[in-house]
Amino acid sequence: MSAHPTGRFGGLGVYAVAYLTFIYLPVVLLPMFSVNDAVYVAFPLKGFTLQWYREALAHEAMLSALWNSIKVGLIVSVIATSLGMLAAKALTRYRIAGARAVIGFLSIPLVIPLIILGISLLVVLSQMGIDLSLATIVLGHVVITVPIAMFVLMSRLEGFDKSIEEAALDLGETPWMTFWRVTVPVALPGIVASLLLTFTLSFDEFLLAFFLAGDQLTLPIYIWGQLRFPAKLPSVLALGSMIIVGTFVLVIVAERIRRGGERRT
Amino acid sequence: MNDDAFISMQALGKRFGPVRAVDDVSLDIRRGEFFGLLGPSGCGKTTLLRMLAGFESPSSGEIYIDGQPCATVPPYQRPVNMVFQNYAIFPHLDVFRNIAFGLRKERLGRTELAARVNEALALIKLEGYGTRRADELSGGQRQRVALARALIKRPKVLLLDEPLGALDKKLREQMQIELRQLQKSVGITFVFVTHDQEEALTMSDRLAVMSEGRVLEVGAPDALYERPETRFVADFLGTMNFFPARVRSREGTRLCVDAERLGRIEVAAGEREFAAGDAVVLGIRPENIRMRAGRPEPAPNMVYGELSDAAYLGDRAHLYVRTPGAEQPVLVAMQNLDGAASTATHGERAVALQWSERSVLLLRGD
Amino acid sequence: MATTLPRTPSAEPPAGVLARWRRTLWASESARGYGLLSPTLALLAVAMAAPIVVLVGLSLWTQVDGGYDKTLTLANYETFFDKRIYPLILWRSLNISAAVALVTVLLAYPAAYFIAFKVTRNKMIWLILITLPFWTSYLLRVFSWKIILGYNGVINSGLIWLGVITEPLDFLVYNVSAVVVTLAHAWAAFAILPIYVSLEKIDRSLIEAAHDLGEGPVMTFLRVTLPLSLPGVIAATLLVFIPTVGDYVTPKLVGGNTGIMIGNLIQSAFGRGDNWPLGAAISVVSMLTITLAVCVFLFGVSRLKALLR
Repeated sequence: MSAHPTGRFGGLGVYAVAYLTFIYLPVVLLPMFSVNDAVYVAFPLKGFTLQWYREALAHEAMLSALWNSIKVGLIVSVIATSLGMLAAKALTRYRIAGARAVIGFLSIPLVIPLIILGISLLVVLSQMGIDLSLATIVLGHVVITVPIAMFVLMSRLEGFDKSIEEAALDLGETPWMTFWRVTVPVALPGIVASLLLTFTLSFDEFLLAFFLAGDQLTLPIYIWGQLRFPAKLPSVLALGSMIIVGTFVLVIVAERIRRGGERRT
Repeated sequence: MNDDAFISMQALGKRFGPVRAVDDVSLDIRRGEFFGLLGPSGCGKTTLLRMLAGFESPSSGEIYIDGQPCATVPPYQRPVNMVFQNYAIFPHLDVFRNIAFGLRKERLGRTELAARVNEALALIKLEGYGTRRADELSGGQRQRVALARALIKRPKVLLLDEPLGALDKKLREQMQIELRQLQKSVGITFVFVTHDQEEALTMSDRLAVMSEGRVLEVGAPDALYERPETRFVADFLGTMNFFPARVRSREGTRLCVDAERLGRIEVAAGEREFAAGDAVVLGIRPENIRMRAGRPEPAPNMVYGELSDAAYLGDRAHLYVRTPGAEQPVLVAMQNLDGAASTATHGERAVALQWSERSVLLLRGD
Repeated sequence: MATTLPRTPSAEPPAGVLARWRRTLWASESARGYGLLSPTLALLAVAMAAPIVVLVGLSLWTQVDGGYDKTLTLANYETFFDKRIYPLILWRSLNISAAVALVTVLLAYPAAYFIAFKVTRNKMIWLILITLPFWTSYLLRVFSWKIILGYNGVINSGLIWLGVITEPLDFLVYNVSAVVVTLAHAWAAFAILPIYVSLEKIDRSLIEAAHDLGEGPVMTFLRVTLPLSLPGVIAATLLVFIPTVGDYVTPKLVGGNTGIMIGNLIQSAFGRGDNWPLGAAISVVSMLTITLAVCVFLFGVSRLKALLR
């Protein structure tokens, strides 16, 4: 398509690879130094060890924070996906007056500085006398993940022929049964993708959790607390590497499912 | 209500904002008819169909099906089923489950359900295809599955949205015949929508021609084709030569008119109330004009002309003849009987055009 | 004979308020759609819109010993403008974010261009590869930069080990540049995706037409590709600029004393500073300033477009 006679990896390709390196650099360093046999994160590398992983996994506090993050993540993903599904269905299947305004409004959490979201929720909750806890974290996370769920599901719902839902109605099913017999099965890849993505976002989210946490910590808050101890550094790296690998896997799985579904329609 | 009317639409209207997609349509469809809704895109025919199905609710008017009013009845409660333009086969179910989909409420036993579905598969000649999935079927097969899925519910009315649009030409011709046979054998009222006038003429018992939300004319295909009452329908079905004319005089049921490019001729007035001085439009179909080479003896309903252009189509030729009075040539369609069209295409330029009086259509002028 | 059928006398359609109401409700697709939307809209109204309104309200109260003086006053806003540090840091934050947006977009554009135009198969794989790191914890990524740029960090120890320098460089971290670099890395995905999407949408035959009419690759890019990709560039700029103004984690970890941003001041008002109304006021001013900056930006862009026409 271009006028260049150069091959695929011309100048631009070199740049792209360099860009990719820049992107991956910090992410790659974590695992690299997590197996380094030294307390300080510095070159040269001293030797291979798994002791930091053992140390990380032995911590009671860390395991409980991990468990909290998982709990919160699961609840958030289910709620956000459900709400996102309702919104996505409404916006893709109905002619709604002011649809663009609605989409804009529902996208605000994506562009607002998180700190403002966090403190305003904090203010409201404290004014209402509600104690901070994992539930308040769930609330905050749902607010920021609903737009993502909505967009993922909208793209999935727009991708398949809407007349199959009309066909189901025509053949005698009520809208409710149509939703369960037709919409959900066909949209399933999108639903799964949304669940995985919103879970990941909630699991990794720090700032809102930081503001809205009570006694129970989530994993990012725990890590934040560990950052001020240099001796704990390598085990934090180990923990971080495990999280990164876990996240990678989840995202790749989500993408595969989503695309597998698309191919079938 | 007209006793004959199985489906009766009365003063039906649908507005989308300021646009009147369907404008005051009153139409009766008889039981067991194969009825066509024909018109250019945007004329409202699909909206009308969707109102019959229940996917659009009318802004005004009422719909009766077998005597029951149903404008406010949702689609899943109507005795009406639809075959969608893209067939809307459920991608996550195989053919068997697709066809059986609408039978869930009837709570049939497994053997009975299988019997019904296999019966339907036999009807559409796809026996043994039960375990196939949508992406393993051709377009024509998917259409048949959609048909079976709708017909298995034994609806009172079957609606078809552009049923043959997605098929290639040969398949289309075959399906036209198959659909008519199917309809006759199940005896259900079929209503279909199309923009293809050939399709409408072939399949319908009666059809309605629509434009800009309104029904212009309703009737049997031959009646609409040969004796249209409006210029739009005359033009939309087939091709038509139009000749603006002015009435010179009237004698009883005969009018003497001065027609552009045809000269002074006489036509039957029929039931129309035309008088001297009125502007009218004459219409003659290209296949109703005979072209003869040379200059034969003058006769009534004849005019001399020059062959200016010809298109040879194999089974016929389209011949363009210039006659005195205007730039636009007259289109003549000549059947290639024993090579006549081929001869005419390469023959003399001086020709004469002849037509019979009864083939002249008389329409109101602008 | 072809004719339109005469209007048949009809029975009365069902009358009654209930029937008419059902007809309007069923007829109004919009109403049904909003019905579906209502839980989601309600949640965001309650958990996002309302709290922001409450925040504005809080900013009009003042902090006194043990509680709030609820008389409405603009005292906090006066404090904001009196104490030079607040406007200063806010201004600095805007500049930092603007720089971050600029750097991120400039760096991302060629990469997006590469994927959109030079990659023929498996574009998705490239996109996933590039965006994958951004699904991991933001905290960890910032922390990585702290390790990389630190006094005893990766760069320094690496350079020393290689013999390039003998003493560690101390200007790498705990300053504004470190914040810019870290933020630019953290938000790269948000820039690359909108730019990629708008480049991908460009009809290739437009580019071919430009070549056909005599323009070389560079001029074609400037006259055709770039203008057509502008919506994506603008979206990317805003998508990076707006959230980073209020960032907290990055300046805290790698900003040191000179790299403080407004987010840190807000957090401290809610934390140790214990002056929630003041914190609220700072937030409100920040939000308004960000909105103003965005409007100025968009206005500037439209003027630029008009000039170039």
